[in-house]
Amino acid sequence: MSDTIVPLTTKKDWVSDQEVRWCPGCGDYGIMHAVQALMPELGIATENTVFISGIGCSSRFPYYMNTYGMHSIHGRAPAVATGVAVARPDLDVWVVTGDGDALSIGGNHLIHALRRNVNLTILLFNNRIYGLTKGQYSPTSETGKVTKSTPFGSIDHPFNPLSVALGAEASFVARTHDLDRKHMMSVFRAAHAHKGASFVEIFQNCNVFNDAAFDAVTGKQAREEMMIDLVHGQPIRFGADGHKGVVMGTDGQLRIVEVAEVGEAALLVHDAQRHDPGLAFALARLSHDDHSPTPFGIFRDVPRGDYGTMVGDQVLQASAKKGPGDLRALLRSGGTWMVGD
Amino acid sequence: MTDTHSFTEEERQAGEPEQISHVVVRFAGDSGDGMQLTGDRFTSVSALFGNDLSTFPDYPAEIRAPAGTVNGVSSFQVHISDHDITTPGDAPNVLVAMNPAALKADLHRLEQNGLLIVNSDAFEGRDLEKAGYDHNPLHDDFLAAYRVVEVPMTSLTQLATEPLGVKPRDAERSKNFFALGLVSWLYSRPIEPTIEWIGSRFKDLVKESNLAALKAGFNYGETSELFDHPYQVKPAKLPAGEYTNITGNVALAWGLIAAGQLAKLPIFLGSYPITPASDILHELSKHKHFGVRTVQAEDEIAAAGMALGAAFAGHLGITTTSGPGVALKSETTSLAISLELPFVLVDIQRGGPSTGLPTKTEAADLNIAMYGRHGEAPLPIVAAYSPAQCFDAAIEACRIALKYRTPVILLSDGFLANGSEPWLLPDVATLPDISTPFQTEPNHVAADGTAEYWPYLRDPETLARPWAIPGTPGLQHRVGGIEKQDGTGNIDYSPANHSKMVHLRQAKIDGIANDIPLATITGDADADVCLLGWGSTWAAIDAAVQRTRRAGTKVAWIHITHVNPLPPNLGELLKSFKTVLVPELNMGQLCRIVRANYLVDAKPVTKVQGLPFTSAELEKAIQEAIMQGAGS
Repeated sequence: MSDTIVPLTTKKDWVSDQEVRWCPGCGDYGIMHAVQALMPELGIATENTVFISGIGCSSRFPYYMNTYGMHSIHGRAPAVATGVAVARPDLDVWVVTGDGDALSIGGNHLIHALRRNVNLTILLFNNRIYGLTKGQYSPTSETGKVTKSTPFGSIDHPFNPLSVALGAEASFVARTHDLDRKHMMSVFRAAHAHKGASFVEIFQNCNVFNDAAFDAVTGKQAREEMMIDLVHGQPIRFGADGHKGVVMGTDGQLRIVEVAEVGEAALLVHDAQRHDPGLAFALARLSHDDHSPTPFGIFRDVPRGDYGTMVGDQVLQASAKKGPGDLRALLRSGGTWMVGD
Repeated sequence: MTDTHSFTEEERQAGEPEQISHVVVRFAGDSGDGMQLTGDRFTSVSALFGNDLSTFPDYPAEIRAPAGTVNGVSSFQVHISDHDITTPGDAPNVLVAMNPAALKADLHRLEQNGLLIVNSDAFEGRDLEKAGYDHNPLHDDFLAAYRVVEVPMTSLTQLATEPLGVKPRDAERSKNFFALGLVSWLYSRPIEPTIEWIGSRFKDLVKESNLAALKAGFNYGETSELFDHPYQVKPAKLPAGEYTNITGNVALAWGLIAAGQLAKLPIFLGSYPITPASDILHELSKHKHFGVRTVQAEDEIAAAGMALGAAFAGHLGITTTSGPGVALKSETTSLAISLELPFVLVDIQRGGPSTGLPTKTEAADLNIAMYGRHGEAPLPIVAAYSPAQCFDAAIEACRIALKYRTPVILLSDGFLANGSEPWLLPDVATLPDISTPFQTEPNHVAADGTAEYWPYLRDPETLARPWAIPGTPGLQHRVGGIEKQDGTGNIDYSPANHSKMVHLRQAKIDGIANDIPLATITGDADADVCLLGWGSTWAAIDAAVQRTRRAGTKVAWIHITHVNPLPPNLGELLKSFKTVLVPELNMGQLCRIVRANYLVDAKPVTKVQGLPFTSAELEKAIQEAIMQGAGS
C-alpha cells in the first residue's frame, strides 16, 4: 500500500523543534523514530494529525511531533482524544500512553474508547514500571516485583494489556516491541489503516527503573525461540526453522508443541479477522510470564463502525430530516401565547 | 407535547367565578400518583390562559420510595397570578392531598384557614399507619384550622371509568386526572387543552380512562356543591409579546444551542447523567439538527475531557453536571485554564456535600466554583437567576469562554432547573454575535525571518491567546498542562516565567470585569439596608423587597449575574449602605468573598434546608436589620 502513495512529507517534516528529554537509552526513542519514519508513508498531512497523551514518560511524545498535540491529564488521553475524534472525524488522532496511564488511572477511559470504537490509534508503551515518578510498580508489573513501593514484593496480580483490550472487544489489537523498527512500522501501519479504535501494546524498555524487563523474550539471543510472529492466514509457527507451533487442545486450551510431533496440519491457523474475540484472547493469554514464548503482531482486526462517524451521521440525518436548526422555531416548540397586541 | 389551544373570550368568561388576584396550589401525593404531571398540566393551561406563574416541583430522590410513606411524597406547587410574580409562593392557599402521607408531609405549609382537598378513600387503616398517623385526621378536630373538603377520588374515578371496562386497580392510576379536573373547575381552568393533550399522549383504554377521570373531576366540582362557587385568576398584564412557559434546564439547553448559533460553532456536549442536570443532556440530545454532538461519557471526568478535546478541535465544548461532578471535573478544568481554551462547565447545584439532597435545591457550590482547583486557577463564574434567564446566562457564559479562551462555570440550581415561568421570547435577531475568529495565519516572525505560530501570543487587550485548530496548515503546535513560556508556549519551568504566567492568567480573568454589566440598585438607593443576591434567591428577594417597599420602608437590592469577576462598581455601591445583607442558600459563601474583597461588614442570611427562601423569611430579615440599624 505504501508503494502507491507519493509521500507528501519526509520524516523531517514530522519532527518538532523541541529537544527530546527522555533518558539516554530509553526505549521511547526507538518508538518515536519508528512513528516519525512511518508518517510520510501514510500520505497524511502533519496539520491533519493530532497526538494526544496523558501523563508519564511516554506522554511527552506529542511535544516531539510536528503535528497538533496535547499533553493532557494522567489517564485521560482516551477521553480527550474521543472529544477530538468525535468533533472532527476528518483528523488522524493518535493516543500515546503508558501502562500506568492507560491501565491504572485511566483504565476506564481506555476500555470505553475501545468499546465505542472511536477512530484512534492507541500506542501503549508498556515498560511494567512507573518511570516518571521514579520507580513504583505498575499494573503490568509481575507479582513479586520489588520496587520502591513494594519493598517486600508486589502482591498485585498484573493486567495483560491485550486481554483488557480484547475483553473490551477492541476491533484492532496488536503487540510489537521497541527493538524492531520494521515490525513496529508494519504494526503501526496496519493500526492506522484500521477504521475505529486500534490498540497496540509496545514492549518498551525502561533502562533506568526496569532494565531488561523483556530481554528473555525480545533479547537478540532469545528472539528466535521466544517470539511468536502472528501472520493472518498462516499456521502459527516459531523457533529455528519453525520447529514449534501452537495447537488447540481438545479442552480448548492453546498449547505449544513440536511441529514434528503433531504435523503442520494440526497447527492453529491465525485468523485476525475472526469476529469472535475468543481465540485472540486465548493467544493473548498464551504467555503467562516473561520467560515463555510470546505472540507478536496483529491479534485482531475486524471491521466495525467508528464512533465519530456515527455521531456525525446522526447530526446529518437529523439535519436532513428537520432541516438546519431554526432558533426562532425552537423557542416556540413548547407552545406559546400572545399578551397584548 | 405542544399545547395549541387558544382561548376565546367566551371561554375566559364562562361561569361566574369570584375574581381573585392570585392563588398558590400544591398538589401532593405518592411518587406513583402522577403529581408532577398533574401540576404541569395545571401550569400549562394557566400559562395559555395568560396568567403569570412560577412553579416549584418538589420530589424525593427515590424513584419509588415505599408507596404511601412520607419519604415517597411528591409535590408540585404552582403560583398563578394576574400580576407579575417571581416566586412559587410561600404558603399554599390550596393543598390537594392524595393520601395521608401527603397530608403529613405538606400540611405545615398550608396557610391558616387554607383549602385542604383530600382523597378521603386513602384515609384508611394501612395508609394511615404507613404515614405514621395513629388516628384518622379526618375524624377529629386535627384539621380544624383548615377548610377541609373530603372527596372520595379513588372510588369516584373507579365509578367514572367502570363503564369503559377499566378494572378498579387500573382506574386508580387515573385519579390524578380526577383531582386535576376538580381543581380546574375550582379555578375556572378550561379542560379542553388537557383533553387535547391526553389525546396526543395516551392511547386506547388508558386515554379513555384518563379522559373520563378528568371530566368526572370537573363535573364533580360543578355539581357537588362542595364549593360555593369557582374562582378565577385573570390573565396577568405582562409586557406585550409572545410567551412560552419554560423550565430552567430547558432554557439553559436552548441558551447553549443559541450560543452555538451565535458563535457559528458546532456544539459538543460531554455529560454523565446526574440529578438535577440530566435534563440538559436530554434536551440537547434532541436537537442534533443544530449541529449539536452529545456524548454520554463513561464518567464525569471523561465528559469534561471530551468537551475539552472538542474545544481543542474547534467546537464549543460544554460539560453539564451537579456538585459531585464538579469535584470530579476539577483537574480537567485546571487543565483548561492552563491550555487557555474555551470550555463551559454547567453546575446545576443541589444539596451537598456528597450525594446530599440530589433532588433538593441549594447554592453551596460557589466555593468549589471559585476555589475548587489546584494551584492558582482563576476562572469566570456566571450565575443564572430565574428559569427563563438561564437562556441568557448560558449565552453569556459561552461568550466569555470564547472571547477570553477560558473555562467558565455557569451556576444554576435545582430550583431554577425544574421550576418554570412564562418567558417573553426574545427577538432572535437581537441576540449578540459572540463569534470569535480562529487563527489561520502565522503570528510571529522568527529571528531568521521565517513566519511561525506562537500559541501563547496574547491579544494585548483581552490577554486571550489565539485559537488555532487542527487542520490549519502551518500552525501545528502542542499544548499541555506543563507550565509554558508566554508567547512560544514551549515548556518552561523557570521561576520568573511561572510567576509571569500565574499573574497573566489572573490578570486575564480580572480584566473581564470591564466587559460585564455594572451592578445596579433596585429599590431605594438612599435606604439603610441593601440586599446583595446572586442566583435563584432573586425570586424571593424580589418579592420581599416589593412587600417591604409597599409597606413604606426603604430597602435597596443588588443582584449580580457575574460572581467572578465581580462588577467593578460593586464595592463602591455596597460601601454606600449602612447594612449589607447577603441572602444565600449556603453558609455565607458570597458574603465572605464580599467581606474579603471590599472590607464591607456584610451579614449573611443563610438557609440550608434544601428549599428556596420564602419571601416572608427575607422580609423578616430586612425588618430585623432595619431595627438593629436603628438601635445602634
